[in-house]
Amino acid sequence: MRVPCPICGSRDSREFYYQGAAVMLNRPDPGAGDGAWDAYLHLRDNPEGETEELWHHSMGCGAWIKVTRNTVTHVISGAVLAREAER
Amino acid sequence: MRIDGLGLVDRNRPVAFSFDGKPRRGYAGDTVASALLAEGVRLFGRSFKYHRPRGVLTAGSEEPSALVTVSRPGPAENTKRAGAKAAGGAWTANTRATVQEIHDGLAVSSQNCWPSPSFDLLAVNDFLHPFLGAGFYYKTFMWPGSFWEKVYEPAIRRAAGLGRLPKVDDDTPREKAWAHCDLLVIGAGPAGLMAALTGARAGARVILADETPLPGGRLLSESLEVGGLPGADWAARTSSELRNLGVRIMTRTTVTGVYDGGVFGAHERVGEHLSDRPAHLPDDCFWRIVARRAVLCAGAHERLVAFPGNDRPGVMQASAVRTYLRRYGVSPGRRVVVFGNNDDAHRTARDLAAAGVEVAGFAESREGVDIPGDFPVWKGARVVATRGRLGLRSVTVRHASGTEEVPCDCLAVSGGWNPAVHLTCHMNGKPVWNESVHAFVPDPDAVPGMEAAGAALGQFSTRGALKSGAFRARRALEAMDFKVPSEAVPEAEDDGTRIAPLWFVQAGGRAWLDLQNDVTVKDVRQAAAENLQSVEHMKRWTTQGMATDQGKVSNVAALAVLADATGRPIPETGTTTFRPPYTPVPIGTLGAGGRGEGFAPLRLTTSHAWSLSRGAPMIEAGLWLRPSYFPAEGESHWRESCDREVGYVRNTVGVADVSTLGKIDVQGPDAGAFLDFVYTGMFSTLREGRVKYGLMLREDGHVMDDGTAARLGAARYLITTTTAAAGQVMTHLDFVAQCLKPGMRVRFASATEQWAQFAVAGPKAGDLIGDLIGEPPALDFMGWRPVSPGGVEGRLFRISFSGEEGYEIAVPARFGASLWAALAERAESLGGGPYGMEALNVLRIEKGFPTHAELHGRATAFDLGFGGMMSGGKDFVGRTMAAREGLVDPDRERLVGLKPVDDSGRITAGAHLFGEGERAARENDQGHVTSACHSPTLGCDIGLGFLERGPERRGERVRLVDHLRGVDTVCEVTSPVFFDADGGRMRG
Repeated sequence: MRVPCPICGSRDSREFYYQGAAVMLNRPDPGAGDGAWDAYLHLRDNPEGETEELWHHSMGCGAWIKVTRNTVTHVISGAVLAREAER
Repeated sequence: MRIDGLGLVDRNRPVAFSFDGKPRRGYAGDTVASALLAEGVRLFGRSFKYHRPRGVLTAGSEEPSALVTVSRPGPAENTKRAGAKAAGGAWTANTRATVQEIHDGLAVSSQNCWPSPSFDLLAVNDFLHPFLGAGFYYKTFMWPGSFWEKVYEPAIRRAAGLGRLPKVDDDTPREKAWAHCDLLVIGAGPAGLMAALTGARAGARVILADETPLPGGRLLSESLEVGGLPGADWAARTSSELRNLGVRIMTRTTVTGVYDGGVFGAHERVGEHLSDRPAHLPDDCFWRIVARRAVLCAGAHERLVAFPGNDRPGVMQASAVRTYLRRYGVSPGRRVVVFGNNDDAHRTARDLAAAGVEVAGFAESREGVDIPGDFPVWKGARVVATRGRLGLRSVTVRHASGTEEVPCDCLAVSGGWNPAVHLTCHMNGKPVWNESVHAFVPDPDAVPGMEAAGAALGQFSTRGALKSGAFRARRALEAMDFKVPSEAVPEAEDDGTRIAPLWFVQAGGRAWLDLQNDVTVKDVRQAAAENLQSVEHMKRWTTQGMATDQGKVSNVAALAVLADATGRPIPETGTTTFRPPYTPVPIGTLGAGGRGEGFAPLRLTTSHAWSLSRGAPMIEAGLWLRPSYFPAEGESHWRESCDREVGYVRNTVGVADVSTLGKIDVQGPDAGAFLDFVYTGMFSTLREGRVKYGLMLREDGHVMDDGTAARLGAARYLITTTTAAAGQVMTHLDFVAQCLKPGMRVRFASATEQWAQFAVAGPKAGDLIGDLIGEPPALDFMGWRPVSPGGVEGRLFRISFSGEEGYEIAVPARFGASLWAALAERAESLGGGPYGMEALNVLRIEKGFPTHAELHGRATAFDLGFGGMMSGGKDFVGRTMAAREGLVDPDRERLVGLKPVDDSGRITAGAHLFGEGERAARENDQGHVTSACHSPTLGCDIGLGFLERGPERRGERVRLVDHLRGVDTVCEVTSPVFFDADGGRMRG
């Protein structure tokens, strides 16, 4: 499996650490309440089809990237730097 | 029998090898199968279950029967080659004789027979066959229940099976490698050569992989012409053109798997065909090939027809007979009968006759087909029986005008062709039944970016293969925006596929489908009768299509029988799932480079050699090796050394290498604000020249790691992590900086390897440092300053992990070894010396400093007694969730110290805590011990642990029980700080 790192180009997935859903980018305010924090930390969708995920190029440039991947076909249709991703 | 004037083997290079200990001869270019067939050997071994005599069925990697064991080079050679341990008695089992090339000194033996293939004691199984049908072991060996594991299964396993495993480590040199290309062409037959040529002429980077030693595929086996040249000559000319155009031709390389994103696995046999392999070559190599597009030109497998006795040595694929004849110059028999249901089989009779081999007759299953040739032809014919105990002696042919027994020593059979669709199924694709060629062909959308061509697509004619190779390659290249020049496809035979399906012959006796697993037509019918009607159930009940060949020759015939038995059409019956690898790959090859230091690389400190010179036993700390203790003369137990080293630090001075702690250099205008966000405490207000202890939480409120942060400048900090968590912390900081706080102007980099750092601790630590740097250390507790020991720019920190006056001095790693020697020498001259991990651990337990034994992922700052370090005025990672009710519940298990009431009582890590006098059972559990040691300072065992409401229970007694080590100790609950509670010694 190949992951398109915006900095390094197409690289083998073994170079990356997989974090999970890209909702981790949207950290709630400290006072957002238990519900918002619970959802942020623990509740995840399990979509059939396109999903957005965070991967870390830990054996490469160190970039955290937001990857769009299809859970049915495994096709990765794009990746952007987490630093520049829309939130 | 060798045929003069035919074959691509090198008759000028004879090769000597052995089979079952007997010397044999062949030529360079022969496989074990072709060389033995040339010598008249037909019996290669015994079958899986019934121990029936078996020979060669095919001439390729789909071989189910001719499996042999190949001895590996002796210990001396292996040691010479790989520097590895001696491996006497090593071998590779289940090697296909049809794939293994011969070389001088090769030693091959038969399998699954004792004492020999011609006289095998377990052949008695064959007489017991009425009791050993499909699933017999599920039904027969039921009582008594306990006998299954102890008696039946071991006995069955001994009797059945393929080759035996060697009982020694596999130290064969193996490798893994990567390759990249625009176009990967899988298979170098006519379609593959044409596809590669199209790619090369368009200027694409092309890899052409073929599992045999020579490109050409069927062209090397047939008497067909391409573009006016003999097929083999066209293949040779095209290969050399491909090489000139820069195509990478990987021979002896089987593409074994297709994976997401255009990644292909491939197994290359690099050195196993060489008798005198150069030392730098491995036995084999597992490739991962990354290709933008691929064309699958894997060809097709000829199928057998199931008729009684079709497993005898001498019964072969008709196409394999041609291969032995044309490619190896070997006739597998002197008197051959051909049996087929399609025109392709006619070639076998024609080629044999042209080579002067007697064709005893042609059994054509169809009526009204013309077969020119100077031999008897029976139309509408079936082979209904065979004879010959250890090899074929005759076949019985039933035809329109009667039945006759025909003496022969070889029967060439063609039941039609199955496209090699396997790789198209690796990503869930299901092959599609094509009625016009009576075979399964690939689903065109099965693998994104890969298309099949040639026989793999059901294009069985030579010209069809050439055209389809060129066409599919062109499509792939155009999709990659290559300009593809128009080239004419060479002229070649373009006969259509003419076939009348014939899967099995209705006649008495056992008709075999899967020769590797001894599955018969009757077994499949029985599975259907027992309601195992799904093809996947039938496979598991009968073992059809399992083991090394995965039913390449037999699967489609078996499901045709199942379709017939269940009254469903073949497409509805469907195929089983083909999974990687296409052909067997040694586990050792998949794991090449992944053992020992290849699995876990070793990290060594700059003091490593010095520690070894002092006889220090080294222990693993993450990937690092650190000294456990430094034994002194006269000491016989590690505890003596450890106690002495603790004494250095408590009484004089000890030095220890602490370079393995993670060091991260954090810089930028927002460095302080960044650290405020990742640590619980405030660091933006830390003054330059000062150091502060910091606690990092995970976002869920639990402690992740601890360490110190030193402010090096207005916009620069140096933070440390624990040894084990350095990688995790770095990943976390990357996450926070890039995902949570992308606006912050901060950058950081690991400096762990760049700096050597040594702890100097004890009442005389200041003296030692002063002597080293030529001036008093002049640092308050938790301060740092630049120093230059011996003129080297370094840093001196006044921090302590021992509770004594302590310093850590850091220099660039290249000066580490010499600074360490200087420190150790000075410590020894002051009456102290170096201390290792054991003493370091005792010193920190005596002071109640947590490590990852305590920071185990479930502990909160509150549990550790660090609640006061949660800075109130700011947001930081983990703050919100750490405030959850359940995480600040006073009833939680919280950090305490434990001391035996009686000084001789033992405390062990992992022991559980119960109320005094309570039964040591799960329902009474109140906590557990995380760290324990003998404290020479206190003269008794001490421990750290987590206990319900711990800090509120100081002075209470608890029962400590370690069921594993048989420890039962009454302890007093204390503060985790056992020694110098107010820290006076540390602060100086």
